[in-house]
Amino acid sequence: MHSKQVRRRRAVVAALVAIALILLTAYFGESPSSPLHTLQRGIVEVFSPVQEGASKVLTPFKDVANFFSDTFKAKSQVGQLRKQVAKLQAQLSQAQFAASQNVQLRHQVGLDNSVGLAAYKPVASNVISRDPTLWYATVEIDKGSDDGIHRGDPVTADGALVGDITTVDPTVSFVTLITDHTMAVAAQVNDTSGDTGVLVPAVGNPNQLQLQYLPTSAPVQTGQQVVTVGFKSGPLQDLYPPGIPIGQVASVGNSLANNGEVPVTPAADLRHFTIVQVLTAPHAGTARAQTPTGGKTG
Amino acid sequence: MSESLRLPIRLALLGLVTVIIQAAAVSQISIFGISADLTVLVVMSVGLLAGSIAGSIMGFATGLLVDMVLVQTLGVTSLLFLVIGYWSGRLRELRDPSHGLVPMALGAAATAFAGIGMAVIQFLLGVDAPVSWLLLEQIFIAVLVNTLLALPVYALVRRVIEPALPADPRRRRRRAYTTGGLSPLQRPSQRLGPMTRSGSR
Repeated sequence: MHSKQVRRRRAVVAALVAIALILLTAYFGESPSSPLHTLQRGIVEVFSPVQEGASKVLTPFKDVANFFSDTFKAKSQVGQLRKQVAKLQAQLSQAQFAASQNVQLRHQVGLDNSVGLAAYKPVASNVISRDPTLWYATVEIDKGSDDGIHRGDPVTADGALVGDITTVDPTVSFVTLITDHTMAVAAQVNDTSGDTGVLVPAVGNPNQLQLQYLPTSAPVQTGQQVVTVGFKSGPLQDLYPPGIPIGQVASVGNSLANNGEVPVTPAADLRHFTIVQVLTAPHAGTARAQTPTGGKTG
Repeated sequence: MSESLRLPIRLALLGLVTVIIQAAAVSQISIFGISADLTVLVVMSVGLLAGSIAGSIMGFATGLLVDMVLVQTLGVTSLLFLVIGYWSGRLRELRDPSHGLVPMALGAAATAFAGIGMAVIQFLLGVDAPVSWLLLEQIFIAVLVNTLLALPVYALVRRVIEPALPADPRRRRRRAYTTGGLSPLQRPSQRLGPMTRSGSR
């Protein structure tokens, strides 16, 4: 009797381990259109209304918990933000002057002037689920292909780029965040020479990005804004429209002089945002995208 | 409802509700920069209450559901949760721990195993992004948060599944000790109450 129980227990565990390993191997090697991926999307489609409802019902609890969490966080940020406000006010006056000049120059050279996010047909959406682990930087949102969302559409939150759409179903979509290991974004530092590079997640810090391939002599300074490049070179076109903020240069150290790299802190709070905007027409305004031949493409 | 189906149905509903609450709410609440993971604690609790077979099946199914709902690589979480459910169940079968703080210790161990195990599997799959002291720090904070949540989660899981658990002789014996019924440490007179010389009470 006892040995029968032992055999049964071992058989169950061995079978489950074998199934898990088979699933893992099969899923990892398959393309996104494979049966396992299709099944997964089907289950997501079934679960999404339930999750959406649960997300709405549980919103008060989330808000209360996040209130306390945010209060502690905000207290620690007050001093730092005051300094930043003073610095940004000085930059704002310069930027306003530059913007008025920019408008005049755009009119002179006949470029499209629609660089605001509204030109990219943003679709507002709520986050309905989020991955709890550090390893998968994805969130699920409550809009899908029925709302005009496509795979690869850029996603913004808190006025900054947070990722792009990687899985689309009729009613829900999945956003892969810019901190995911699969992501890379052509980005530009708003320094005096507008140096461009490729922004990738920082190895060793899931909440940080690394801007690579900058010129080692680039006049980059701490706190400068990093934005999308939105390049276009022949048939190649960036996924993201130009000029969308991504983050700020966190520090400038030896890594710039040695490797042409600087750490970048994302502008959006990637673990807290609850509303996103999906840019469903990311190539509607291509003012800065028409770089001259031979120019930097990031 | 058939007696044999009560436990599987309760476990299935428990897993389903846990995954939905985890994905839709708990993952969006940040405590010291991380989110609590109730799924690990529920799998651990089921193993501890229902044994290794139920624990491993619950772990596998919950992990698979997590991977499905969050569009992750299928099989990774199943494998980790299966081990957690199995060993929690084996602990119950081999040691039958009765101390009230066992769920806390086991919750901490299960969370640490899930965090480290996930890191190892991701390395094996070729993911090289978040590897650092920060990762260890976050695993440590997750262990602390889950340790605090382990007791309430265990109590809740026990409340849900205990009515459907098959009668366990060890549980009966333990209950008898606490009510003074069968303890061999008591003399017959204490167990049976006052007796007269003629044998009638």
